[in-house]
Amino acid sequence: MDDRESRRAYWGANVRLLTALLLVWGLVSFGCSILLADWLNGVRLWGSGYKLGFWFAQQGSIYVFVGLIFVYARRMHRLDKKHGVAEDDDE
Amino acid sequence: MSVTAWTFVIVGLSFALYIGIAIRSRARSTGEFYVAGKGVSPLANGLATAADWMSAASFIGMAGSISFLGYGASVYLMGWTGGYVLLALLLAPYLRKFGKFTVPDFVGDRYASQVARIVAVVCAIFVSFTYVAGQMRGVGIVFSRFLEVDVTLGVIIGMGVVFFYAVLGGMKGITYTQVAQYCVLIFAYMVPAIFLSIMMVDNPIPQIGLGGKLAESGTFLLDKLDGLHEELGFSSYTAAGGSMIDMLCITAALMVGTAGLPHVIVRFYTVPKVRDARLSAGYALFFIAILYTTAPAIAAFARTNLIETVKDQPYEDAPAWFTNWEKTGLIKFEDKNGDGKIQYTGPASKIENELTLDRDIIVLANPEIARLPNWVVGLVAAGGLAAALSTAAGLLLVVSTAVSHDLLKRALRPGISEKGELLAARCTAAVAVVVAGLLGIWPPDYVAATVSFAFGLAASSFFPILIMGIFSKRMNAPGAVAGMVVGITFTASYIIYFKFVNPDPSLWWFGISPRGIGTIGMLLNFAVAIPISRLTAPPSQEIQDMIEDIRIPKGAGEAHEISA
Repeated sequence: MDDRESRRAYWGANVRLLTALLLVWGLVSFGCSILLADWLNGVRLWGSGYKLGFWFAQQGSIYVFVGLIFVYARRMHRLDKKHGVAEDDDE
Repeated sequence: MSVTAWTFVIVGLSFALYIGIAIRSRARSTGEFYVAGKGVSPLANGLATAADWMSAASFIGMAGSISFLGYGASVYLMGWTGGYVLLALLLAPYLRKFGKFTVPDFVGDRYASQVARIVAVVCAIFVSFTYVAGQMRGVGIVFSRFLEVDVTLGVIIGMGVVFFYAVLGGMKGITYTQVAQYCVLIFAYMVPAIFLSIMMVDNPIPQIGLGGKLAESGTFLLDKLDGLHEELGFSSYTAAGGSMIDMLCITAALMVGTAGLPHVIVRFYTVPKVRDARLSAGYALFFIAILYTTAPAIAAFARTNLIETVKDQPYEDAPAWFTNWEKTGLIKFEDKNGDGKIQYTGPASKIENELTLDRDIIVLANPEIARLPNWVVGLVAAGGLAAALSTAAGLLLVVSTAVSHDLLKRALRPGISEKGELLAARCTAAVAVVVAGLLGIWPPDYVAATVSFAFGLAASSFFPILIMGIFSKRMNAPGAVAGMVVGITFTASYIIYFKFVNPDPSLWWFGISPRGIGTIGMLLNFAVAIPISRLTAPPSQEIQDMIEDIRIPKGAGEAHEISA
């Protein structure tokens, strides 16, 4: 594949991936923890004293953030390899 | 052993550890001084970033804020963690690939503009100094409360320790010291939390315990707390409340500001590869999340404990910790109705409140309130010091790098030798430590008022031009400079007007508080920068090639220069 073409495909895939991940990021923080918090507070996290909106705001959103970064790191590593732009390829 | 003796022993041992590490990892080149020779593993960098990030405010103040604000304090929890997602996805890998030493380096090179570089340097120094003064103050306070020494002496001891490892070791020394400091601070934070969780809800994991049932009564802890709040006339602990648009804006400003703070960004220059920068951000947030998800648990445990201990109790029977902390002024009791009992009530109650509590009390007095052993108190002191010192050291390094590298080498005296630059870096670090110490001993009034706005200012200035510098090849210097100037001027004016000139919340635009206005400033920055860049000439081919290059990880090592 042409080098320029490959780089463009790589960048496009990167932007698509991070858009999707940032949507999740916004959904759990601005969505579940603030905009929908009142509504979600009507439900409880199974078997616990946590109201769901409160749980998202003080626990859940943070767990999701950590997960998002690791998913991104993994996915990008695979993309790097696929498009031949990984650092190890030099060696 | 007494509390003071334990504190001396534990704090002394932790200081000896930091200095020992500093001696082992002395910096020998500017590369080692600024970015630890780019040889830090992603895991170690994650630990160091976590310690760097979590300041005295996170360690001492966070749980206290949650304890008093309940759901409303979630903005800090989400704001200061969600920013790492932005950092990992939008900035860290590309800035690592760019491969120079500092944020002003990137701004100056990407926009080929000395003006942009100098503006960035000034912003970096201003933000860092405001922050560091607060840390030094934190060091002094921990010393004075736990070791009963004068605040001034406390600050001087703290300065001495930071001086030693920051000036000698540079980024290399700081990094490995921060790894140790993270271990100390997280241990100190978790031990009382786990004890409390076992005692109150019979579950060793505080994050689960917070949602658990109280061991003695069998009701859910959070329901109990909501009930107590209602009974005493405080607003509900768990229910969503307050202005939604303001909450959205504050959360966004804190997130974006976090991603734009220079002392956090610079940590991602220290790892060997682009891949490591991504992974390292994940580790950093994981280690931060351990403390940030425990804080809400400590907050609720301590709040319940505190209310139950003091509610309608005769003042004479108040426990020893109550009278001890009264001496420090963190607890104030005034028997307004003269019945000899402590009435602690909220704004909605008919009974007048007699008790004033400082937020810091939640973490500082927690071990005593829960009647934990004396060594735990000493541990908390060492943890608070670790949090304050690690953040101070990271910020001081940004200041010294900004002066010796960005100002001296890249702007004023390009011909300076490697040795000369290293010496200049050490001298500025030394001067910065002294200045920070003085600011800690005599804090100017503006420090406390501005430190919480640093995020809004970083959000409205740095963040947009960094993002557009990477994601838009069309963005050019006139657009970036105009955006930065409009963003920061708008944000600073709004803050100054509503904080100092006319502090009347009813006049806030759309109900947005000064803490959240950085979000609007950031949007304005984008809105100005994009059209202006489209109306002016695009960046040169050379710069467009550079952007192409930072977008792919391949060849990361090559961009790295140690000396000129």
